[in-house]
Amino acid sequence: METRSPQERIIWLLGLIVVIFYALFPVLWIISLSLKTPATVTVKPDEGFWGTLVPSDATFKNYEALFKDGLDGPFLKPLINSIGIALIATLIAIVLASFAAYAIARLEFPGKTLVLGGALAIAMFPPISTVGPLFDMWRSLGLYDTWPGLIIPYLSFSLPLAIYTLVAFFREIPWDLEQAAQVDGATPFQAFRKVIVPLATPGMFTAAILVFIFAWNDFLFAISLTSSDASRTVPAALAFFTGDSQFTQPFANIAAAAVIVTIPIIVFVLIFQRRIVAGLTSGAVKG
Amino acid sequence: MSEITLDKITKRFPDGTEAVKQLDLDIEDGEFLILVGPSGCGKSTALRMIAGLEDISDGELRIGEDVVNGKAPKDRDIAMVFQNYALYPHMTVRENMAFPLKMAKVDQETIDHQVEEAAKILDLTEHLDRKPSNLSGGQRQRVAMGRAIVREPKAFLMDEPLSNLDAKLRVQMRAEVSRIQNRLETTTVYVTHDQTEAMTLGDRVAVMRKGELQQVGSPQELYERPVNLFVAGFIGSPSMNFMPVELSGRTAKLPFCEVEITEAMAQGLESHSAGSLMVGVRPEHFEDAKLVGDQPGPTFEVEVSILESMGSELYIYFDMDAEVRAEQLDELAADVGSESTAEEGQVVARLDATSEARRGERLELWMDPEKLHFFDLDSGERIAPAGEG
Repeated sequence: METRSPQERIIWLLGLIVVIFYALFPVLWIISLSLKTPATVTVKPDEGFWGTLVPSDATFKNYEALFKDGLDGPFLKPLINSIGIALIATLIAIVLASFAAYAIARLEFPGKTLVLGGALAIAMFPPISTVGPLFDMWRSLGLYDTWPGLIIPYLSFSLPLAIYTLVAFFREIPWDLEQAAQVDGATPFQAFRKVIVPLATPGMFTAAILVFIFAWNDFLFAISLTSSDASRTVPAALAFFTGDSQFTQPFANIAAAAVIVTIPIIVFVLIFQRRIVAGLTSGAVKG
Repeated sequence: MSEITLDKITKRFPDGTEAVKQLDLDIEDGEFLILVGPSGCGKSTALRMIAGLEDISDGELRIGEDVVNGKAPKDRDIAMVFQNYALYPHMTVRENMAFPLKMAKVDQETIDHQVEEAAKILDLTEHLDRKPSNLSGGQRQRVAMGRAIVREPKAFLMDEPLSNLDAKLRVQMRAEVSRIQNRLETTTVYVTHDQTEAMTLGDRVAVMRKGELQQVGSPQELYERPVNLFVAGFIGSPSMNFMPVELSGRTAKLPFCEVEITEAMAQGLESHSAGSLMVGVRPEHFEDAKLVGDQPGPTFEVEVSILESMGSELYIYFDMDAEVRAEQLDELAADVGSESTAEEGQVVARLDATSEARRGERLELWMDPEKLHFFDLDSGERIAPAGEG
């Protein structure tokens, strides 16, 4: 890396601070909000900006309230739905996307560009325009308000992205490696599983994170294709939170729920970040 | 261990180009055969067809008694060393070498034994638990060799295995490859574009050009009796000098001297309905006239335009007032010409180091009249002297 002059460093540092503040301030605000009592949530005390940010009467009541009634409560069942649906969608997407991406990266087959183009078209298709037909179809197919009812649309919208990511990774892996494996006695599938997959893990985790976040954050399908806690995910469930009376919005509870749903994403990224090690292929071929 | 037979093997690509044309080769059990030729001559494609990594468009490939055209690489029981080694980067050296055995479902005890054994042969024992990325180029190359030899396959296929090493290491590994092959006596097909490797390593060398086999023979055969201009120019370093020649009776008139040809050569040329001829002389068949004593042969004076001293020998370059044009030579020039300092119309001569040749001065040269090679200019074929076996 080139050395930077002190001046440049200061500019970089300032830039970093601005970006971090810009990115993390809303998070900070929502954490603050989640710790407030209903009384102070909407009231603006005369303590200035920092006084508003740091609650004077911090409490975990909002969090307790979320889990109070267990599975009958407003939050726990949707949380389980969210985790389950997002994980299953991610798993299926990665398996399917690896096969598809491998074929696209390695094989010449008729209609290859069509498949890639189609995938791209699907990814750019506005989800809102599919919601209406899906609602009708899911109702008659019995998929409405079920886990598969959400997993399927999540798959179709996240697969293109996963395929594109993985194709790029597979293309980086020298073809000689699979051929070496085949000469060494591996079937094409063994070569894929024992040589290509381990080398493409960083790519798979990248794709997995993208799919998981898409499924985890989705609100549109979740609100349109569910009607009960049987399959309602957290983003949709938040809209159904009720306040103490019909005139109070449960801001603090929503904030607490928002903080909780952020945690799995952070954990997910942190775990997989370690696996996304660059340069895993170094040393395979002459460097 | 097995012999490998290529019977009119052809590789045709979907766009109709033929990379390998009707290749016939019999590789004997335990033989070390080198496939050599300039880049794009189809040698690697031929090797990959033997490995099963390329489909065979036409012809029959036999390993041992079995026709293996339709067999997957894994069922052919061959091992291959790739140009870029193709080591599995996520596995240690030990795992890399054990991979073929694991695929063959050999029990763990045998695997350990075989890997240790191969590591010992290749001097890799202390590196067994390292990853390929932590190894030097030479070590990686040895791991690739190790992965090939653990399994005791029917044949080794090597695709320019040394071309990624630096010059010194290449010479070292060349000796190593030769030693291992001698020790294991496994049929080996080795592809290279380097004629030095071809000459030093192989029991037999097969020269290819544009997908066609030109000549197969021992290195000595190729050197002494090349079938055509291409082989003559490709084998030997520096390359053979080519020049136009006019024949009157038994006197051959070269651009810089006249020479009395041998009886056998004259007979050979007689039976050839002569079109235009061309003559080839290897650099080592010139000598400083002062150093040859009274050996028969023409002497002539030239002006030394370039002089390269190798310590053990001298190379001098001199101009001749003639140009040679032949399709096969142009091809050679495009591929190997860059290795030689000689420009068009220049002749290279290798002299003894004791020669007193100086740059820019005139020098009396001698030429061995028995070592002239005559070629038909149109077909490029060599015209053999009578009685040549």
